[in-house]
Amino acid sequence: MSKVLIVAEHANGKLNSSTAKAVTAAQKLGGDVEVVVLAADGAAVAGEAAKLAGVKAVLQVDNAANKDPLAAVLAPQVAELAKARSASHVLVAGSTFGRDLMPRVAALLGVPQVSDIMLVHGPSKFDRPTYAGNAIVTVETTASPVVATVRMASFAAATSGAAVGIEKVTTSAKLPTHTRYLGIESHKSERPDLQSAGRVVSGGRALASGENFNKFIVPLADKLGAAIGASRAAVDSGYVPNDMQVGQTGKIIAPELYVAIGISGAIQHLAGIKDARTIVAINKDPEAPIFEVADIGLVGDLFQILPELTSKL
Amino acid sequence: MKALVSVKRVVDYNVRIQVKSDGSGVVTDGVKHSMNPFDEIAMEEAVRQKEKGKITEIVAVTIGGDKNEETLRSALAFGADRAIHIKEAGEVQPLTAAQAFAAVMKKEGAQVLFTGKQAIDDDANQTGQMVAALLDIAQATFASKVELDAGKATVTREVDAGLETLEVDLPAVITTDLRLNEPRYLKLPDIMKAKKKPVEAVSLGDLGVQAAAPVKHVKTANPPVRGKGVVVKTVDELVSALKGKGLVS
Ligand SMILES: Cc1cc2nc3c(=O)[nH]c(=O)nc-3n(C[C@H](O)[C@H](O)[C@H](O)COP(=O)(O)OP(=O)(O)OC[C@H]3O[C@@H](n4cnc5c(N)ncnc54)[C@H](O)[C@@H]3O)c2cc1C
Ligand SMILES: Nc1ncnc2c1ncn2[C@@H]1O[C@H](COP(=O)(O)O)[C@@H](O)[C@H]1O
Repeated sequence: MSKVLIVAEHANGKLNSSTAKAVTAAQKLGGDVEVVVLAADGAAVAGEAAKLAGVKAVLQVDNAANKDPLAAVLAPQVAELAKARSASHVLVAGSTFGRDLMPRVAALLGVPQVSDIMLVHGPSKFDRPTYAGNAIVTVETTASPVVATVRMASFAAATSGAAVGIEKVTTSAKLPTHTRYLGIESHKSERPDLQSAGRVVSGGRALASGENFNKFIVPLADKLGAAIGASRAAVDSGYVPNDMQVGQTGKIIAPELYVAIGISGAIQHLAGIKDARTIVAINKDPEAPIFEVADIGLVGDLFQILPELTSKL
Repeated sequence: MKALVSVKRVVDYNVRIQVKSDGSGVVTDGVKHSMNPFDEIAMEEAVRQKEKGKITEIVAVTIGGDKNEETLRSALAFGADRAIHIKEAGEVQPLTAAQAFAAVMKKEGAQVLFTGKQAIDDDANQTGQMVAALLDIAQATFASKVELDAGKATVTREVDAGLETLEVDLPAVITTDLRLNEPRYLKLPDIMKAKKKPVEAVSLGDLGVQAAAPVKHVKTANPPVRGKGVVVKTVDELVSALKGKGLVS
């Protein structure tokens, strides 16, 4: 029987919704699911994790060193807990937090990692994307424990249920002092979160400036109640911040509606939107590859189309 | 300060990937290969740090068959001083690659390892973090800005919530993200000069590395295809198509 240990992702005393997706993936493995919360004071986060349907127990590891999400500090604790709890699987959501942390855990345990599991065939057999999602590989591992990250766009968030018990635990792992957290610069926004939004409007290089993003993309996103994303070209050109990049090397999302505006549809961008239910593309080039994946396409100049579209919605 | 840069040979990012019909993998024969784009960024960063006087020697390292020599020559043209070719014809997974790079880090006494954040073939995003774990040193992944000083580095990282900054003691592993820099175009004189720079060949065994038990590839398949879409002619048609799908009211 499986015994899955999930590392919770959290910030500012709140559980990140990514963790609930990892719980859904864990349930497909069968067996018990435990969530470990590593924090300076993890009571609130552990309380939230305890309510995720399918979780058997929550482990709360309070330590002043866990104040900030430092992989080098968290990894030895996770590795020790994996052994202490006899975990058959150690999972984390494939966010930047999970991607930073989990390979370090795997190496400490001396096992390979399976990145971005998108489908669970069985306790040790999974599908995962390679080549920007253009080749899906079924992999099988003999390692124990199985260490993996979960592709968030492939799993729905676990719902809330009755709260389970929270166990306070300590570890004796020796924690390094070679890494210091200096801070984070986040762009505050009232908008829906890009990664979990049901609707996303994205702009590309064609927007040509940050002002045009505000003038053309924002009103449409407001009308649709959508989060805003961007292509790499739009981010590189400084129209919008890095955390809005969608794609192979940005955020991989699965909204109900994705609207791509002035985005050509390079394979690296498409890798981030393949799981969108409906893709709408607006582009002046009828040959743009984005139209190959679009469910609804409109060929034309975005600067004319968007004001009209926004006013008619 | 000596820097090590890992450079992987991968199918070029512009190639349309073809899955083999027998499910045994993707077509790589006769397909254009290049240095992993993130590793070009890693090379560029090392060279810029050397130009700033922060790094004194750059050693490029790759693991792979004979053709990886091309990748090393590109790294040398970027400005690596010398290169190490870890010869291994078969597939090398991240844990094994990490063991090899950890061994080279030790042997060379390098202060920093620059790796790409991910190889665009396996999209694993593991190797750098694993090297750091094996050596029990700091890691700063997904870097978009790096400042090297005596004994430490300040690194800005691209994370889901924005830009995070870490200070790490050296030695450390730094993995590169897209916006760290824009790699230079290689010029002919540099490509010529690279031909004369030394490349040392070693085996995994020479480094004391025993390949870790690999994750087995059972089969490779095409991703599901999306159904054919419609092209509408006017904004009104677009609005009614959205209504038809229940996406707007
Ligand atoms: C290793 C690697 C990783 C990458 N990762 C990512 C990633 O995660 N995400 C990502 O997005 N990219 C990524 N890229 C970059 C990717 O290859 C493309 O360069 C990028 O997606 C292009 O962005 P774009 O579509 O906005 O720009 P372009 O390709 O320049 O397309 C602009 C489009 O706008 C259209 N247009 C112009 N004017 C108008 C107008 N007035 N009205 C309507 N349409 C107009 C044009 O027809 C064109 O199709 C990566 C590249 C590499 C090498
Ligand atoms: N066989 C290899 N040769 C050289 N570098 C490698 C190799 N495998 C992995 N790397 C390095 O590790 C990084 C991350 O790779 P991966 O963990 O496979 O996504 C790459 O960008 C390379 O810098």
